[in-house]
Amino acid sequence: MHELSVCQALMIQVADIAKARGAEAVESITIEVGPLCGTEPALLLNAFLVMRSGPASTAKLLIECCPVRICCLECGFKSETAPNRLICGHCGGWRTQVIAGDELRLLSVEIRMPESMGRRDHSRNAEQIFHV
Amino acid sequence: MCKTCGCAIPAAHTHDNVMDPANRFTIVDVVQELLTANDLTATHNRKHFDDHGVLAINLMSSPGAGKTALLEATILALKSRHRIAVIEGDLETENDADRIRACGVQAVQITTGTACHLDASLVHRALHRLPLAEIDLLFIENVGNLVCPASFDLGQHLNVTLLSVTEGHDKPAKYPVIFRASDLVVLSKTDLLAVLDDFEPSRAAGALRALGVDIPMIHTAARRTISINGWIDWLESQLKSKGQRPAAEEHFVPTPQEATPCA
Repeated sequence: MHELSVCQALMIQVADIAKARGAEAVESITIEVGPLCGTEPALLLNAFLVMRSGPASTAKLLIECCPVRICCLECGFKSETAPNRLICGHCGGWRTQVIAGDELRLLSVEIRMPESMGRRDHSRNAEQIFHV
Repeated sequence: MCKTCGCAIPAAHTHDNVMDPANRFTIVDVVQELLTANDLTATHNRKHFDDHGVLAINLMSSPGAGKTALLEATILALKSRHRIAVIEGDLETENDADRIRACGVQAVQITTGTACHLDASLVHRALHRLPLAEIDLLFIENVGNLVCPASFDLGQHLNVTLLSVTEGHDKPAKYPVIFRASDLVVLSKTDLLAVLDDFEPSRAAGALRALGVDIPMIHTAARRTISINGWIDWLESQLKSKGQRPAAEEHFVPTPQEATPCA
């Protein structure tokens, strides 16, 4: 349930970004959540639906989930692996470095500016991003 | 990595895509950790600890693994040589702080209400209720929970996670995030191993090793004070080397509500 705290931090960051640019609304927010960051994407999405407010009250949350990847410090082999099996897929060594999969990061915010700043154009939506 | 400029985390920054005057939509590329605010407050806490020569240890485990009992035995073993204080985190009650105070050291209880973890701002408020200049070793006993505390830096120097032998040797495989973040795993209640036929310490160590980390595991039985010697030796070595730790670099001015206790 710490996803509520994480979501609260996200909403503050997004509100700051929108306010600094004079945005009318936040259309979408894209974050990156790795399996090793300790935060569950589905629960974060639930928290977001409850907590989104202000200019982001109708915003969509797009979550990019990348797999855990490690690099073996013994043989240099890079492999994708399970969060609780961070040992080399090639030589079986346990001295490994996590190179992806522990992210908990804000990637981008799509904002809509007030009418006076230009006409609406739908060509720039971030729909191609995987939506959890 | 930032997809716009190719720079690496953690340098937080934003890029505003050039906005077409005919387009009211702008995508702001951001490179920022979601828990940046907590991390900044944690660094601020660490600076407080460093300035006063305090070694801060974040103690985590599932509920009932014996964190408070280990602290009671630790205080009895160490309080003649080191000045100790404890910040206690629980959802409700002052019970644990009372147990610590009964051992003759200062304790501040944080009651989190419904929150499942301590965060850096809760610890910040608590540390200003302690005379840091008179403390060598500060334990922060986190809320009993193997999930949420792992995500929040408190400003501690070391993370210690307890695994009691009544829980099962596969706990590191089930909760990889918290065990991977640990500097030490304390296997607690090991005096019960004699009557438990389903816990093998070697398999717990194997599950820990499978997380790709070399974290030492120390056996304790806090109800038998003679059986926490390995833990006490580890603490003594950490206290000896605390001066060699790189000092926290702070680039952060606390927000007004955070700053109040510092004034």
